[in-house]
Amino acid sequence: MMKNIKSTNTIKLLALLFISSLAFVGCSSDDDGHHDDHDHEEELITTVRYTLTNGTDIVTLEFQDLDGEGGADGTYDVSGPLTANTTYTGAIKLLNETENPADDITLEVEDEGDDHEFFYTSTISDITISKDDIDEDGNPIGIATTFVTGDAGTGSLTIELIHEPTKPNDGTSINAGGSTDVEVTFPIQVQ
Amino acid sequence: MKSIIIGLVIAISSFSYSQNCNYIFLGEVKDFHDGTPIESATIYIKESDKYIISDFDGKFRIENLCSGTLTLTISHIGCETKTVSYTIDNDVFKIISLEHHLEELNEVVVNSHLKTEGTSIEKTINKADLEKYTDKSLGDALNSVSGVSSLNTGNTIVKPMIHGLHSSRLLIINNNVRMFDQEWGDEHAPNIDINSSNKVEVIKGANTLKYGSDAIGGLILVQPKKYVAQDSLFGSTMLSLNSNGRGGNINSELVKTYKSGFYGRIQASYKQFGDFKAPDYYLTNSGLKNSNASARIGYRTFEKGFDAYYSVVSNEFAILQASHIGNVGDLVAAINSREPRVIEDFSYNIDYPKQNILHHLAKIEAYKRFKNFGKLSVQYDMQINRRKEFDLRRGNLADTPVIDLRLFTNSLQTNLNIDAIDNLKIDTGLLVRYQQNDAVSGTGISPLIPDFQKYDASIYMIGNYDLNESSEISAGARYDFTRIEAEKRYNLTDWNDTYNYDELFPQFETNNIDDSKILTRPEFTFHNISANLGYSKQFNNDISLFVNYGLATRVPNPSELFSDGLHHSAARIETGLLTLNKEIANKFVASLERNNQNFGFSISPYFKAINDYIQLIPVGITTTIRGAFPVWEYNQINAQIFGVDIDVNKKITDKFNYKGSISLLKGENLSQDIPLIHMPSTNFTNSISYYNDELNQLSINLIHKTVLQQNKFPDYNFYTFNPILQEDVYVDISSTPPAYSLFSFNSSVSFKAFKTGTLKLELNVENLFNAKYNEYLNRQRYFANELGRNINLKIKINY
Repeated sequence: MMKNIKSTNTIKLLALLFISSLAFVGCSSDDDGHHDDHDHEEELITTVRYTLTNGTDIVTLEFQDLDGEGGADGTYDVSGPLTANTTYTGAIKLLNETENPADDITLEVEDEGDDHEFFYTSTISDITISKDDIDEDGNPIGIATTFVTGDAGTGSLTIELIHEPTKPNDGTSINAGGSTDVEVTFPIQVQ
Repeated sequence: MKSIIIGLVIAISSFSYSQNCNYIFLGEVKDFHDGTPIESATIYIKESDKYIISDFDGKFRIENLCSGTLTLTISHIGCETKTVSYTIDNDVFKIISLEHHLEELNEVVVNSHLKTEGTSIEKTINKADLEKYTDKSLGDALNSVSGVSSLNTGNTIVKPMIHGLHSSRLLIINNNVRMFDQEWGDEHAPNIDINSSNKVEVIKGANTLKYGSDAIGGLILVQPKKYVAQDSLFGSTMLSLNSNGRGGNINSELVKTYKSGFYGRIQASYKQFGDFKAPDYYLTNSGLKNSNASARIGYRTFEKGFDAYYSVVSNEFAILQASHIGNVGDLVAAINSREPRVIEDFSYNIDYPKQNILHHLAKIEAYKRFKNFGKLSVQYDMQINRRKEFDLRRGNLADTPVIDLRLFTNSLQTNLNIDAIDNLKIDTGLLVRYQQNDAVSGTGISPLIPDFQKYDASIYMIGNYDLNESSEISAGARYDFTRIEAEKRYNLTDWNDTYNYDELFPQFETNNIDDSKILTRPEFTFHNISANLGYSKQFNNDISLFVNYGLATRVPNPSELFSDGLHHSAARIETGLLTLNKEIANKFVASLERNNQNFGFSISPYFKAINDYIQLIPVGITTTIRGAFPVWEYNQINAQIFGVDIDVNKKITDKFNYKGSISLLKGENLSQDIPLIHMPSTNFTNSISYYNDELNQLSINLIHKTVLQQNKFPDYNFYTFNPILQEDVYVDISSTPPAYSLFSFNSSVSFKAFKTGTLKLELNVENLFNAKYNEYLNRQRYFANELGRNINLKIKINY
């Protein structure tokens, strides 16, 4: 009988201990960030610029949407036609031009190369694009490319940046999974 | 109460020396509330061990009293028995007030069929049933009530829905405090620890005016326990373990009560789960961590009392990793693949995306009863809700939330309950509330909901009148004043061109323009009227009828007015509209009920006509750097929702019982003559239970639930051009998943343990046959199946 009463008290005491310890855990501080009340879109990508260079033959494909998602639609700008049967060196840049100076997002992608990959898909079948850079695991990232044109033709080039793709993959974005951070399609002409 | 104690002390300690035995005691027994005399009250005279009865005027007379102590115990049907002591040294006349609110004081004992108001249409989930959901959420528990369903994000974020209406159309009252926890979001579940409550009531019709004017869907009352005034210390600890998610919950509570009316309670719970499992795969990043604590102290007597309560809820919910998508192409891929794009082995890790929510709630309430008048209560409450949502981000922003909002709410309210007039009870009150939303900076992204301040003031009056012994009517009205003052940056193109706000609201503009954004100060003032009419009648054979009409008005919430941005898990841009008006609903609910153990039922049809119903629907596609994105905008239409909820219970033998329910609902968009989006489909449940009190209270339940396919849905499907495939692809976001049936099994036994304690063991199996299914009302239905089988073990010790 006495023992029973004692064990009940012990349980009550333990329960009290448990509750009070949890209460401490629960009351962790509700701290607050700094208060400038004006958030820049730090993460925003406003601009995709793909530059193809062969000596003095330079073609730039640029998509720009300065107010981000929503607001005004983005604009496509292709500087001119590509030359047939030419090997270009391709370099892609992602910028946040709402910052001054513009923030180069490409560097972040490069740092997290194993979590990212650029995919280039053209409707002009003669065009071949190869990726010239690799991440820490030896898989392509696609910031530096070699862009080889074939015969003349008209079509489009779609550039995608996939976050957390399956790596390695078969080179097409369709089988790479992941989620899409960038998807822009430029009209291109090879002559 | 204090005087009684003093009296008792005197009674025990005093000793009579006098021998004068000619005194007369004249007593009059009266009702505390209205002062009417109480006839036929039994008066027990302790000193002479005799009984007498009060007469027609409530009076009684005791003669030939000796000087010394006189102790009387007065009892009457429906009244609290009262013991009083007097020192007799002369002839005495005393008025003794009895009060007939026995149920309210001893609710613990009698509570099974008490309603908050006589005419309201409501369903109650009591403590025993709530305990089954100790490691689940409030929404899961409410799902067991017919007519209540939920809008889910995965399986842990469960938002209750009454008759297809949720979020701002549903009031959740926790401990008499209206919850403000950014409830406007579809994926924001109520921040309530189910373990801290004693019972939950779902009010579908009437008597919601005391709490607000906007209960278009209904009201959920989360109620604490009222303790009997006696010297006691008791508590319980409950442990729940689950196979699915490999986690569980531990909850402990300890209660101390005193005969004087003081009481105190502390409670805490901790819950953790890892990745849950659908029948074929783990749901990578679907676990949760949750710690809660609550404390209450109070003093409660019939005439006066106070109650102070504080609770903190800290939730961390992982969001299915596969539900993070970049654009419409990803969404199409997810819909077509029928399997999540990320499937990994089991883990307890909570990775991005996730939600972190911290909710503090504190209140203090005091009341005093006045003789021949009523009860006045005053309450102050305060809530802080901090919500952080994390997404997959790059670089140094990886650990920074995309949404960081802090909502601070505090209210002061009074309620006066006048019960002095026979047959008539009046509740009237005032409320003032101040709310402040702080879009905490540092997220590196424009806030989805801007900074705003909101002011409310309300006044209401509700009357309940007993027409006769068996019928009652109630009527009430409420006025609300609401003012919202916000501060938000708009894209100049949106402000000037897309929405034409520069012409509609030039008064909101400021000269502060940079980065192609304009700073604006939208301000809105609303005046709302809401009203209510109710009637109830009791017939023979335990049958009762309830009829209710309600006029409810809802002010557009901040998300409907201001939201502006990309919603990742939905792959859509959501845009609020400053031009939204308030929503006005006319609701009719009726219920025919038979409250009987052998054969009972309730049939509740309802009809709601909602003018200017605010809904979020797709309106077009925009081109972004991520590719194509559908734009969803809030608009207003006229809607109607009608249906019926039916419950049946039948005793088969003295040990076997049957229970069944069915909910039918139809929601229509009258403006466009199409169905409303996200309406629950027809569903029904059957359960057979066995209970044997002699066999350690052995209870076994078999439950079946079928949810039919929702065939009435609006078709918001669209085509989008896929540049990789060079073709248009069909984006089927509207089609509904097929019907499904689930079976579950519950069992429990209780043993005596320790001196006065009990030990209860429960073994439950959910989704017994590991069925693979999807639910229309789950926002993640595109990405993964619902949960597979779960085996659950619960151990509860009462001490």
